[in-house]
Order: sequence, then C-alpha cells, then structure tokens
Amino acid sequence: MSVEYIFPEFEVIRKPERCIACRVCERQCSNEVHVFDPATGVMISDEAKCVDCQRCVSLCPTHALKIVKNESTFRENANWQNDTIKEVYKQANSGGVLLSSMGNPKPFPVYWDKILINASQVTNPPIDPLREPMETSVFLGKKPEKIKFDENGKIKCELTPQIELSMPVMFSAMSYGSISYNAHASLARAATELGILYNTGEGGLHEDFYCYGPNTIVQVASGRFGVHENYLNAGAAVEIKMGQGAKPGIGGHLPGTKIVGDVSRTRMIPEGSDAISPAPHHDIYSIEDLRQLVFSLKEATEYKKPVIVKVAAVHNIAAIASGIARSGADIIAIDGFRGGTGAAPTRIRDNVGIPIELALAAVDQRLREEGIRGNVSLVVGGSIRCASDVVKAIALGADACYIATAAVLALGCHLCRTCQTGKCNWGIATQRPDLVKRLNPEIGTERLVNLLTAWKHEIKELMGGMGINSIEALRGNRLMLRGIGLNSKELEILGISHAGE
Amino acid sequence: MKTEGQIRIPSGCAIAAVISKEGKKMSGEAITNSMRPMHDRSNGLGGGFAGYGIYPDYKEFYALHMFFDDRTTRKETETFLKERFEIVKSEIIPTRKMPAITNEPLIWRYFVAPLKSVLDRMQLDEREFVARTVMKINSEMKGAFVFSSGKNMGAFKAVGFPEDVGEFYRLEEYEGYSWTAHGRYPTNTPGWWGGAHPFTLLDYSIVHNGEISSYDANRRYIEMFGYKCTLQTDTEVITYIMDYLIRVQGLSPRDAANVIAAPFWETIDKTSDPAEKERLMYLRKVFPSLLITGPFSIVFGYKGGLMALNDRLKLRSMVVGEKDDMTYIASEEAAIRVMEPNVDKIWAPAGGEPVIINVKDGVSL
Repeated sequence: MSVEYIFPEFEVIRKPERCIACRVCERQCSNEVHVFDPATGVMISDEAKCVDCQRCVSLCPTHALKIVKNESTFRENANWQNDTIKEVYKQANSGGVLLSSMGNPKPFPVYWDKILINASQVTNPPIDPLREPMETSVFLGKKPEKIKFDENGKIKCELTPQIELSMPVMFSAMSYGSISYNAHASLARAATELGILYNTGEGGLHEDFYCYGPNTIVQVASGRFGVHENYLNAGAAVEIKMGQGAKPGIGGHLPGTKIVGDVSRTRMIPEGSDAISPAPHHDIYSIEDLRQLVFSLKEATEYKKPVIVKVAAVHNIAAIASGIARSGADIIAIDGFRGGTGAAPTRIRDNVGIPIELALAAVDQRLREEGIRGNVSLVVGGSIRCASDVVKAIALGADACYIATAAVLALGCHLCRTCQTGKCNWGIATQRPDLVKRLNPEIGTERLVNLLTAWKHEIKELMGGMGINSIEALRGNRLMLRGIGLNSKELEILGISHAGE
Repeated sequence: MKTEGQIRIPSGCAIAAVISKEGKKMSGEAITNSMRPMHDRSNGLGGGFAGYGIYPDYKEFYALHMFFDDRTTRKETETFLKERFEIVKSEIIPTRKMPAITNEPLIWRYFVAPLKSVLDRMQLDEREFVARTVMKINSEMKGAFVFSSGKNMGAFKAVGFPEDVGEFYRLEEYEGYSWTAHGRYPTNTPGWWGGAHPFTLLDYSIVHNGEISSYDANRRYIEMFGYKCTLQTDTEVITYIMDYLIRVQGLSPRDAANVIAAPFWETIDKTSDPAEKERLMYLRKVFPSLLITGPFSIVFGYKGGLMALNDRLKLRSMVVGEKDDMTYIASEEAAIRVMEPNVDKIWAPAGGEPVIINVKDGVSL
C-alpha cells in the first residue's frame, strides 16, 4: 500500500438480505460509489469515493443502505488527530491548498447555545400569539437624525429607501454558479411568497429571475461578475461584498467546472474559466474608497435602493463597522466565522474570523456608544440555525438575520461539505443538468416557505413569552438574555448578565 | 443586596391625575385623598405627586427639588450649582413629621436660572443645559439626587404609602392647575426615595403603572442621546423618551404617543386618511426602538397639559372621567369618585389611544 492511500472516511453498509439490486443507488450517486457487478448479480461499493451525502440512503427503496464512520483509524493521538494526519498526506501528495465547503466544523464555542431567553411571570403578562397580534415586520435602512417639519408644522415624511421584511430573516448570498438554477428559483420564489429577500451572491442575476426583483438583493463583489446597470436596478437593494465569514481576507472561488452555459453568460465570463475573485476590491483600499463605491452605486440606482456593505466578522469588527456606518451605507451585514461557502481554503475557513455572536454584540454596542446606531441597520449571518438563534440575535442588537446553510438544508442539503466538486447529489451545489433536475423548484419553494413559516411561529411564541408583541421592542433588548457557563469577559462582550443574576 | 439603580426592579402601581381646562387652581388635598381607595395597589415602598402651577412667584426659575444623603453632599452640590446657576432661593422643603414616613433624606429646593456666560460657553440652550446638569448630578454625584427640575411645577415623593406622602409634604398648602399621583408596589427593593415616582425631567413628569417588556431596547436606544438611565426603572426611561421626542425632536404629545404605543401595522394599513396613514407609518419606521411593549398605563404631565396613555393591548386598567372643566384619570374609578362623586362621564380609553387634555389657550399659566 502506498503512503498516498488514505483509508476511506466512511463505510457503506449494505444489508444483503434487503438489497434487491435495483441499482437506484448506482444511478443516484454522482460520485460513482455504487456499481452493479453482473458476474455476481450484487451491488458493490467503492467507499473511497463516498462523501456521506446520504442520497443513496434516502432513496434506497428497501432501506438496505447505511453510511457509517469508518472505524479504521490511525493510532489515537490527541495532538495528531486523524484529519490532521490525512491533510498532511494529501498536501504531500498534491502540493496544493486544501479546499473545503460549508461552514467551519471545528468544535469552537457556539455562543447561541450558551445564551438563555427570558419569559414573563406574574409581574407582567406573557402574550398569547394565538389570541393577540404579534408583529414581526421590520424595515431596514437609515433613520433620520432629526425630524423635519414644513412651514405649517406638519411632519415631512421623508425617508431614505428602506427594505420591508415580513420577518427579520433573509436568504444570504449564494451565487448562481455555486448553486443551481433550480436552487436559485426556489430561493427567489420563496422570498417573494414570504415577503422577505434573497441575495444573488456574486454571480449576477439570471434573466429569468428579474421578475423577482422586489425580493432580490443584487450583490457587487470584488470580481464584479455579472454587474451592469440593469442588474443594479433590478433588485430591492444592492450589496457590496467586502468579505465572507467562511473566508475573510480572500475573494470568492468558483471552480471552472461549474462555469457552464447560463452561468458563464450570467457572470459574463468564459465557460470553464475559474472565477477567482480578487481578495480586495481593487477600487477599495481604504474606508474612503468604500464611501466612493457606495455613492457610485447610489448614483447608478438614483438613490432608490439601500446599499448594504457585507463584511466578515474579524477581530477589529467594531471599528470597521463604525467606519462603514459613516460611509453612506444603509445596512451593514456581518458574517460570522461559521458562515457557509461553496468553496474555501480549509485553513482559512477553520482558523480566520470570529463568532458572529461576539461580533454582533461588539458592533451594536460600539455604534450605540458613538450615537450612530440609527445610521444603519445591522444584518447578521454566519450560522443562524433556528428561530431561537434569530431571537437571540435580535435581542443582542441585530435588525435581521441572514440564513443560507439552513436554507440549503431545507432544499435537501445533507452537509456533506463537498460543494466544490460540483457533484451535489441533491441538485443544489451543482451545474450538471442531470443533478440539477433532482431539485424541483416548486417543492424547494414550498420547503423554504414551510421552514420560515415555522420559524415565524416560534419567534412569535418566544416573543409572546417575554411579553413583547413587536419585534422592534426585542431589538437590542439584552435584558431578555442571560448567559450560561460563560466567563465574565464573554458576558461583558455580549453585554448580558449570567443566569441567576 | 443591590439597591435601586444597580438592579432592575419591576413594580405594580396605582396612578391618578386631575387637570382643570380653565387653569383653575386646586390644592393637593384632593389628589392625596384620591389615592386612599387604591391603598392596596401600593405596598408602602413608594408614593409621590407632581403639581403644575404651584410656584407662581418663581415661575421664571427652574425649581430643583433635591434629596441629599448628608450635609456634606449638600454643600458640595450647592458649590457645583453655584458655578452654573444663579440661585434665587434655596430652602428646605416643608414636611410634616409623621410615624408613617421615616428615614427621610435631606430634602431641599432651589429656584435657579442658568448663568448666561455658562450657556454661551457651552453653546447650549437653557433647557438642554438644565437637562444635562440634572443628568450629571444624578449619575455622578453620589448621595445627591435631583427629583424635580421644571419651571412652576414640582414633584414630591417618598418611601411610604402615597396618601401618607401627600400629608408628609403638606400638599394641601400648594395650589396647582393639574396634579398627578403615584403609589408604588415594587417587588423588591430596600426602598429608596429617588426610586419613587413621579419621575421628572424639566417640566415633564411621568407616573406609570406597569412593567414594560421593551425596557432594555428603549434604554439602550435613548442612552445614545446623552440620557443616563441610572435608576433602571420604566418610568425613568419613559420620561427620557418623552423628553427626546417632544423637546428634542419637536413632536407633539400625540405624535409621541403614536411612537411609544404605535398602532399595529394592520391598523395603520387600514387607516383611510392618507396623510394620517403616512404620518403613523413614518413615525413607526423612524423610531422603532422607542416602541414600548408590555403593560403600562401612564400619565404624562407637561406645562399646560396631561396625556393619559395605555399600552397597545391595554394590559393595565385606566379610566378617565369628566365634570365641567375638570378631567380625572386614575387606575380605578373609585379614585375619581373620591375627587368628584358626581362625575358626568367616565370611560376606559382603548389601548394605545392617547387622551390629551390641555389647558385652554389664553389662560395664563
């Protein structure tokens, strides 16, 4: 056995008494794990190719299959763990940067899970969302510092452009190219049905989806793929992507294998070319340059669209956000280090950036201390997993949340974390037509609508329990949160008390 | 045990108020008596009153009512005040010794005018300067607390039952065209005089019954504009919100009510008058963080008027009564009947619907 050989991560367990050799698994697996052996009449597996996407398991009509973690292992070593050793072998073999997909899987603290939510008892009443109105609508955008009156003393109702959301959740940026046409169609239609927004990511906007414009955020990233005047004016808002939680400090990656047909046309780049966005915007080397791009985009859209500036949560995020809040941006989106990606260098994904919980708390507090919290709305993403994460984020100070991993999970993603191969068996992170058609956009739309409808109910229940009947009164309401098992520094940064205090 | 200001203490309450639209003066006796039938809504840990029009002889001067822990603090504070104000009169606020009220701090009042040289130097208008000075004393000077700072009005408060507090301060000796009253039922507190209500800033006063669930959202927003919530009470934050909306932003009391108890979006959508719809929508979009949720009934007092307001769901009782030029507001009808047994009209305003009563135009206040 050569040193390059790495034992397979997973084992395919096939119960022979159940397998009827129908070959569904063989047809479903784009990784070509399963093969029918005509000589013996049984299915055999090449486990080395398996990514544990669970597609075969889900579709096996006799439930004959399961994928388990391979027990074959190196000698246990707390320092040199399995993954570390395997990565050394891989790099010694290839000489390349390791690539990964989806969010940071390492066991860093998840602060959401160490924060508890309050409820009313006796001194004020909980409110029952089944019997009383419970409001979840939010408006994102700059608030005026001073009310103006006309000569008759009547309020002049002038506002810079705002985004209205029926609930404080939006679908975060995922480019057409990194995900499929059908995935984009599902997101666009679901956003429209839900009264929220989805985000094109940096891949441009397919011409079929211009009709969903009022529910679309169009992104401008450092590669400027697919950016033109009509594109900028097609959406409800324009987002400048300065960074992404999964890979702060570098630009987007889309392997050439995914740049085919409409993807190439939409991005306005040749088929098969790797779309590697530059790390910086080459017209933004400083905060004053950002201001120029913000206003260039406002000029291009006649000041009718709010401009979002999206940044990755990095160490100095509070000062960065303060700069952005004074740059003319209407909304700041902050992406935590657990944010997903279709492809990122593993070392960066797993080691760069900070948790969104801490970044959000620090930014919200800093903007308030500087008296400029009203200048901008704050949107946070980078692993918002459920309704209680949303509630905690709002109470820490966010105006709304971005979700993407949860959205692709709703579409069928099983988090196998191999989006970069372009062979997504669930039809999401792929451009292969035979795979894309596995995702039915009608069903996809319905599942996304279901997910967020369920979250909305849960958000209302949690709000009602706190005696709050409008989401505005939850925003920044940190008294509604308590930490559990956090040290005093963490509590200080989060601006919350410990449970029992 | 943490004292008020170090910890947030919820409390239930009783409120009452009265105003004469003709600007007719009445003594503080009736409002004191109105609190008697609501005795059980308080627990003896706080009561207080605000009277408007009570200092006609000094109506051009800010009346600072202050508590001091001791003489040294008072002397230090007076030095501080003299650097900023002309003090035209300083005196102990007259009180009546009674067994029901004990442990009183030193209670003084000062009639003052800001020094013009100081205003010029700081480039501030008079009211902003007074507001900032009050905030500075209350947050930075230990043992000193300004509990009233308006012109021709004053708050009187103590640890005790409100009817006893009224007697303690000899309110029957004051004459005002409007009065508000408060009895407090805090759920825990060693009882601190400054924590009793009304809470006031300049001529704005709030008496409040409720426990707002939006507290920290409101507090963290309003503190951006220089306010410091040192007491951690609902009343304090509501007072600052009203000051910000009305004095700083220039809104009317009705606009302010539409911010803090904003109509539901659904109601706004159904508003038929387009201008009204636009106004309501605008206020809600601009001041989302000043929406107050959770139960409350408040009476907001200001020069020449009162505004009564319930939370949007009307989670606290509040009734309004009228007789001739008088309007009465209270947590319970019984309190109104004490002030005016033959009240003409009595009703419970709907949640979020402000009842605003102003002294008629032309009446000199």
